[in-house]
Amino acid sequence: MALEKITQVTGRGVFVPGDDIDTDRIIPARFMKCVTFDGLGEFTFADARSATKEEGKTHPLDDTRFAGASILLSGSNFGCGSSREHAPQALYRFGFRAIIAESFAEIFFGNSTTLGMPCVVMTSDDIRALAGIIESDPAALVTIDLLEGKVSAADMDFAASLPDHAKEALVSGRWDAIADLLEGLDDVRARAATLPYMAA
Amino acid sequence: MSQTLLDKVWEAHTVRTLPNGSTQLLIGTHLIHEVTSPQAFGMLRDLGLKVLYPGRTFATVDHIVPTDEREEPFSDSLADDMIKALRKNCAESGVKFFDLPSGQQGIVHIVGPEQGITQPGTTIACGDSHTSTHGAFGAIAFGIGTSQVRDVLATQTMAIRKPKVRRINVNGKLSPGVYAKDVILHIIRQLGVNGGLGYAYEYGGTTFDAFTQEERMTVCNMSIEGGARVGYVNPDETTFAYLKGRPYAPKGAEWDAAVARWKSFASDPDAAYDDIITYNAEDIAPTVTWGINPGQAIFIGENVPLPANVPEKDRATAEEALAHMLLKGGQPIKGTKVDVAFLGSCTNGRLSDLTEVAKHIKGRKVHSGVKAIVVPGSQGVAALAESMGLAAIFKDAGFEWRGAGCSMCLGMNPDKLVGDQLCASSSNRNFKGRQGSPTGRTVLMSPLMVAAAAVTGEISDAREVFEVK
Ligand code: SF4
Repeated sequence: MALEKITQVTGRGVFVPGDDIDTDRIIPARFMKCVTFDGLGEFTFADARSATKEEGKTHPLDDTRFAGASILLSGSNFGCGSSREHAPQALYRFGFRAIIAESFAEIFFGNSTTLGMPCVVMTSDDIRALAGIIESDPAALVTIDLLEGKVSAADMDFAASLPDHAKEALVSGRWDAIADLLEGLDDVRARAATLPYMAA
Repeated sequence: MSQTLLDKVWEAHTVRTLPNGSTQLLIGTHLIHEVTSPQAFGMLRDLGLKVLYPGRTFATVDHIVPTDEREEPFSDSLADDMIKALRKNCAESGVKFFDLPSGQQGIVHIVGPEQGITQPGTTIACGDSHTSTHGAFGAIAFGIGTSQVRDVLATQTMAIRKPKVRRINVNGKLSPGVYAKDVILHIIRQLGVNGGLGYAYEYGGTTFDAFTQEERMTVCNMSIEGGARVGYVNPDETTFAYLKGRPYAPKGAEWDAAVARWKSFASDPDAAYDDIITYNAEDIAPTVTWGINPGQAIFIGENVPLPANVPEKDRATAEEALAHMLLKGGQPIKGTKVDVAFLGSCTNGRLSDLTEVAKHIKGRKVHSGVKAIVVPGSQGVAALAESMGLAAIFKDAGFEWRGAGCSMCLGMNPDKLVGDQLCASSSNRNFKGRQGSPTGRTVLMSPLMVAAAAVTGEISDAREVFEVK
């Protein structure tokens, strides 16, 4: 299974501020009753968006200035909560191809990487600065360079990082593990044969 | 020898090191349910792959099942699609399904242990974050995403990095009215919801030694709420006694061999840990959450924190939490009006939870302003509770007695909060919108504290309400 080598992601950005944005916030559980992930995208942040609307304000994801953005910016511990892949799937299907945050919850990070959607870390000051650029010019293109470890927009460069193993997986086109795992099937059977409970 | 249980289980299940440096880890036991598996079976079909070890895969249906009208077709057609998809996928691949009519259906983290499928020294994965529950048996158990469910179905392995291990000791005797739930809420409060990132939590100390298997499960269940994907307790006689005679436990001569093997997995006395933290059981009081993550917790006698007094990095979340919870910083949590009381979930939906509460609510009545429901964690728990007369005690007190499932833990079935109702809940997550209403409010607490809230109509100290001494 040849996968695309993901070394760079370029697109417009949108900032959804907040720390500890959990998976239930990203996709409320009641929208997860599906037997495929198709159609999940439109419910991304559904409750936050409707609550913002009720307050007479516009949620960044409903703000036409940011329509079509493919890079999401947020705060710390993004994606905490559930291990359900519905959250990264919803974001991916909404159109996001990368996420920038101060930190990520572990399972969310792994699930996103497996989708080929890089999660990169920047400092909170830099995220705010980048959000400022996007706010003043929503058409500004943001480029995440995984190899260089930087994010650029409007002539500004910011340091960005992601763990080596995730970087390696993305840039070498091995972000979905199944190909590697399938290659090891003989070893799997051999290992299983050493464990009595696997025989049952 | 100076290995932790995690080291030993990891070694026994390592298939090989993958090109990117992660481990291809054999997953001995794969548990699946209706929410995260259908997409994985779909991916498998797309790739032309089959389930590699159907005999090591077990399914149940829990998240979407109604707890009152359980006849099929369900009135919610999406839920009906999900149970049918699971039934079909299991039948086609030869996977054992603890289906609704089986009498063995229930929440996946209750069914595994109850059937004796969850065993020491094994690896377990399930597409659900609270898979850490099974660590109570000295298993290494992970919550995984749907792509990994696909990986495990197709290869019985997954790619994963070995976590560090933090040993968390709790020593001493818990005061009356203080439970395992309070212990884990206290740990998460102290270490933070991110404190466990990159770690497995090994729980030990005299408090854990004295805990029953069910109490250990309650603690391990919420490891993930503290950021630790894995939480475990070393297996001991309590563990073996729980497992003996269960349907999937080893029998006869195999039993003795299994126990000997299981014992060998326990951490060595001189095992090296990446971190060690110790708490005193006596310092822990009944704990409740006041916010929108499980780390935002206080003792029942404390006041809700003033945002100005919380560390700066947590302040914005604290303010957001107070706004959502309609609480003011500085006010007592005690006395907050409660609309719904939910007793159930994979954290506290086991027989011992129901027994403990029934003991105290016998002869008491649910407050007129409160809707109180009991949702047994499995059909097995329900049947036992009914035969022991617990169900009757709950019903006499004014609780609704429901069928087994996840229910109001996450509101994917018809059991949902309405509007900004406040729910005293024995579950594990108080995220915004978690219980089915975007503005609904969740206060996490032990089962007995839920009962106290049900009886008084407000958040109360169960030790006072039930004169626990
Ligand atoms: S009871 Fe709640 S936490 Fe447990 S498996 Fe069900 S939804 Fe998840």
